[in-house]
Amino acid sequence: MKKNQRLIQGNEAIAFGAFYAGARFYAGYPITPSSEIAEICSRELPGLGGFYMQMEDELASMGAIIGASLAGSKSFTATSGPGFSLMQENLGVAIIGEVPIVVIDVQRSGPSTGLATKPAQSDFMQIRWGRHGDQAIIALAPATVRECFEFTVLAFNLAEKYRTPVVLAPDEIIGHMRENMEIPEPGELPVVERTEPQGEPADYRPFCFKEGCVHPLANYGSERIYHVTSSMNGEDGFSNNSPENAARRVAQLHTKLDAGREDIVMTESFDVEGCETLIVASGAPVRAARSAAKDARAKGLKVGVLQLKTVWPFPELEIAAAAKNARRIIVPEMNYSGQLAGEVRKLVNDKNMVRQVNSYNGQIIFPAQIAQAIQ
Amino acid sequence: MAHATGMKYLKQDALPHMWCAGCGNGVVLGALARAFEELDLAPEDIVAVTGIGCWGKADDYLAVNALHTTHGRALAYATGVKASNPKLRVVALMGDGDGATIGGNHLIHSARRNMPLTAIIVNNYNYGMTGGQFSATTPANAFTSTSVGSNPERAFDICELARAAGANYVARETSAAGMKLKNRIKEALEAPGFSLVEAISPCTTQFGPKNNMRRPVDMFEWLKAKGLPASKYDKMVHPEQEGFFKTGVLVNRDAPDFITRYEAMRSRMQAGGRE
Ligand SMILES: Cc1ncc(C[n+]2csc(CCOP(=O)(O)OP(=O)(O)O)c2C)c(N)n1
Repeated sequence: MKKNQRLIQGNEAIAFGAFYAGARFYAGYPITPSSEIAEICSRELPGLGGFYMQMEDELASMGAIIGASLAGSKSFTATSGPGFSLMQENLGVAIIGEVPIVVIDVQRSGPSTGLATKPAQSDFMQIRWGRHGDQAIIALAPATVRECFEFTVLAFNLAEKYRTPVVLAPDEIIGHMRENMEIPEPGELPVVERTEPQGEPADYRPFCFKEGCVHPLANYGSERIYHVTSSMNGEDGFSNNSPENAARRVAQLHTKLDAGREDIVMTESFDVEGCETLIVASGAPVRAARSAAKDARAKGLKVGVLQLKTVWPFPELEIAAAAKNARRIIVPEMNYSGQLAGEVRKLVNDKNMVRQVNSYNGQIIFPAQIAQAIQ
Repeated sequence: MAHATGMKYLKQDALPHMWCAGCGNGVVLGALARAFEELDLAPEDIVAVTGIGCWGKADDYLAVNALHTTHGRALAYATGVKASNPKLRVVALMGDGDGATIGGNHLIHSARRNMPLTAIIVNNYNYGMTGGQFSATTPANAFTSTSVGSNPERAFDICELARAAGANYVARETSAAGMKLKNRIKEALEAPGFSLVEAISPCTTQFGPKNNMRRPVDMFEWLKAKGLPASKYDKMVHPEQEGFFKTGVLVNRDAPDFITRYEAMRSRMQAGGRE
């Protein structure tokens, strides 16, 4: 057995991935199926020189991690549906304020309190569109325990690099599943640190609204004094109500992610070369999809799987490329409405070629359900 | 020593401010800037966290670090800033709607945690920014744009709330007494743990005119008549106190603050104590 080989849970891997990435501030409010992350943080962060703060609610949790990030700590929170709903307004502050934070949403079944301990993938649209105002965001969804660790590190890297909140959205199955994984050694995975702004402190501007621009963020308490506001603001961080400024500001919040697309959008393909049936999946259903595809290929059917590791920005180009020869696209996901399927349908002319496999009763999707759709 | 002007803490090109003629916010802002100056705080070590409302726009005029947040949540953001870098001096500037109504829960828990922050709540008895609706501090029976038949709700006493929840330092003054206000803010900034200064202040556009105080000066007269120091207030017996409020330092204690308690816990853990 390798030295760092351990049997661990997805949520544990997320917490350890966060520490590996340098996260030293956690604020949260307990909720199943994410609470293990809070518990591990409360146990480990004091020893790492960091802070675990159990806030009075999720509104406060989101506010606290934004404040902590601006004061120089890599910061994160973990929650599930009801808590994620409460975080939305303040999540918008991190978007307009371009504050690097990581939000873990271990997805559970709704609506409302729903099947509180059961898995779902019904928050994809809330992650993308859950707040008022026009904006863009990054979301990643792991399908293995190792990916829980790696994607958490990546989430922090992307948050710092693009000065944006990043949502990591495992479903309950992945969060609670245990798998063997080798914990990476320090230095094995890249870790992005905040770049110190250059130039005269008095000339520092916290923002830059040029297309695709991401300006280095100073920390409160450094020699660079600066303002961040939830209101429409100029590059100096102060309120600014001019229409020209607002147009540049809103556009840049989108174009900075467009410019980084190649870096941000990750997919993995399994036997998609020349496939006639393409299965597009994310999170736990990837596992069922790969099993169903393997059985189908054994029977001579040309079935490939495209795993969406990044959910937002949506991997449109990657799906289009993988579906080049496909006559059918199957999208298995744990929700009723087909939140991913709807996005896939936007990419094809023949809407009928997209088949949904949905589970919305708190149960996992089984390979047999996908196999049926392949027939 | 020359009188402190506080000017170096103000963003002078943003002045004059946007507040209405007769509004007390300018007095509170001046008191805050002067308190910074008299304590000789470095602007880069200060973070002003604001909520949403008329007073919540105070950060527009401050030349210190600032974070303008959402309605009611300033203390939550301030908590994160402080824990992330305990060397920073963090002030949370909130209206009565912001700090004690929609954000009441964060006020209670910041005081309970004894988070080393200074909250400065300007209580103008209503939601000034949105047109003078009643808040949790609007006196019972007062008239506002959503209590045209008089307010059927009872009011919070912000200072009593903070005291009961565990704040180390609590004081109240009015914006008719700028110098006292500055002194209270200075004490609050120097106090260990959670400190709160409530500044009772006139809303001369909304609350005053709706409650028989048509001119700004009427509200200032009213504040001067109603705010009493402990020496006078405490001598009154019920129900004489009705309609008056106590000014000055109301709570001053030195219970260990959150950061101190957290560091003690950290040391115990590192010494192999009980996890
Ligand atoms: C979540 C949310 N609800 C409502 C509002 C609308 N709103 C803006 S300011 C305000 C009240 C401000 O009153 P107060 O906090 O007392 O401050 P003042 O304007 O009197 O200084 C309200 C209700 C908002 N911005 N956000």
